[in-house]
Amino acid sequence: MINRLRGRRTSALVYVIWGYIIWSLVPVIIAVIYSFNDGRSRTVWQGFSFRWWWQDPNASVFQSSEMRNAIINSLVLAVATLLVVTPLGVALAIGAQRISGRGTNVVQGLTSAPLITPEIVVGAALLITFTRLFTAVPLGFTAQLLGNVTFSLSSVVVIVRARLVSIGPSFEEAARDLGATRWQALRFVLLPMLWPSVMASLVVVFATVIDDFIITSFLSAGVSSETVPLRIYSSVRGGATPALNALATLLVLTSFTVLIVGLFGLSTWRKRHGERGGMRAALADVTRMSS
Amino acid sequence: MRRAPRLWTLFALPGTTWLIALFAIPFYAVACVAFGTIDPIFRDAVPQWNPMSWDFTQASQTLASLTSGPLRGVAIRTVVYVFCAMVISFTIGFPIAYFLARHSGKRKLLFLALIIVPFWVNYLMRMLAWVNLLSSDGLFTRFMRLFGVNYNWLDGSPITVVLGLVYGYVPFLILPLYATLERLDWRLIDAARDLGANSRQAFRLVTMPMSKAGLVAAGILIALPMFGDYYTNDLLSRSPSTEMLGNQIDFFLNASSQPQNGALLVIVLSIFLLVLMSFYLRSTRQQARQTTR
Repeated sequence: MINRLRGRRTSALVYVIWGYIIWSLVPVIIAVIYSFNDGRSRTVWQGFSFRWWWQDPNASVFQSSEMRNAIINSLVLAVATLLVVTPLGVALAIGAQRISGRGTNVVQGLTSAPLITPEIVVGAALLITFTRLFTAVPLGFTAQLLGNVTFSLSSVVVIVRARLVSIGPSFEEAARDLGATRWQALRFVLLPMLWPSVMASLVVVFATVIDDFIITSFLSAGVSSETVPLRIYSSVRGGATPALNALATLLVLTSFTVLIVGLFGLSTWRKRHGERGGMRAALADVTRMSS
Repeated sequence: MRRAPRLWTLFALPGTTWLIALFAIPFYAVACVAFGTIDPIFRDAVPQWNPMSWDFTQASQTLASLTSGPLRGVAIRTVVYVFCAMVISFTIGFPIAYFLARHSGKRKLLFLALIIVPFWVNYLMRMLAWVNLLSSDGLFTRFMRLFGVNYNWLDGSPITVVLGLVYGYVPFLILPLYATLERLDWRLIDAARDLGANSRQAFRLVTMPMSKAGLVAAGILIALPMFGDYYTNDLLSRSPSTEMLGNQIDFFLNASSQPQNGALLVIVLSIFLLVLMSFYLRSTRQQARQTTR
């Protein structure tokens, strides 16, 4: 009888869930479709064309200098952030996991606080800091890089620490018993085992930075450091052409490509190293932090 | 591990230094600007780096403005909008998370994937999508005209702003909710049913108490950014009649020459959010205690 009741409730919820999926995805799909509109309107369909993707010599995504500039800025910022935050975060994760004695609480507090601090607070505080205190840091790319590293450092730490916990100390201890120095155990035993968490961090940080609006916007210095989200923000309410839809589509495609490549990479790595979980575990790695 | 604290301290050092310099000190800088003075000639904020001589006159003025002055409307509106958006988000998010957690059919992975997709679609893209649909000749506006609804969605409409917040943040609610509900020991609910509770009683007396900490944590996780949100409002309304606290911070710091007011509002917002954060930490700790896994 319980099963019968449960079955009925479930079937009603199926409609709710499909409704939600349609509501959450269809507007975005429509926006993608309108990037292929032949006319200048983002709301009235006038036939299919690639005009706003590459055909229009001045205003299409790949030919407009402003849009190309925004795409390049976004990619450079994301890659630069990755290069700085990955080593910094992995080291901090190992240190924070094993540190003891005085200062432990400071380290724990500092690494977890940025996770739940709203971006506007971080962005505003950094803007004030770079304009009044650390005035050697110019607004624009440098400030944006420092800001994004600060904001994403904690997610790297969380992802890598989760992996450290699941690895446990026994592998390193075994290596030490077999005569490895502490450094060798770290370098040749622990670091290779951390690889999936490093890969998950790369994916999460790339997606966070390329999508970031608030911090990047607070720390920008006008057009020269305009990224794709900033470009979208400043032109949504103007009379922008469907090229804007194409630009936003490109942004979404980029993060999905990175996500999917990362997921396949992670699940292949797990399979090759005899770890269970496959795709599902890979998905858990990647979504753990973005929530 | 065997003793080697110095090596691990060395590992933690660069990251910790980074966070002290670019996370902790900036808060101090905000306070120094907020409690500093204003240059009488250039009207620019002059930070006061010595906490002993902080000046609280401007701070008390801003506080007065928030409680009984021009900023009062903004403060009330922020709380009301976020509250409405939270209620709607839970109404939408809870059944979906519940379904995902209880459902174990072969479609589960498909549903999970489709629920996660909006999570990875850029926030601005999702807002752009709605600006297109809601503009005066947009598809949704035209569709609603068929039913005689002729509404100016994008010009200072509180409904649009609240629903925009819901649309923007509900994916970030569903996943943590799902994680909480999936971890529940459903055998206890079955036991309650076997012992004679009807489904509503089992839900109220077993499911809810067991998942309460997780629900609170998930709710706070989206309430925090909502309280500081300004771009949803900017994109969907752009009208002073729907401005929230985040818009004022953005305005004072980026568009006006009164960074002191901006810094003060950042402090007010931070203190308010600090209370929420301590609730969050308490519920996650409680949750960690409750779950055996």
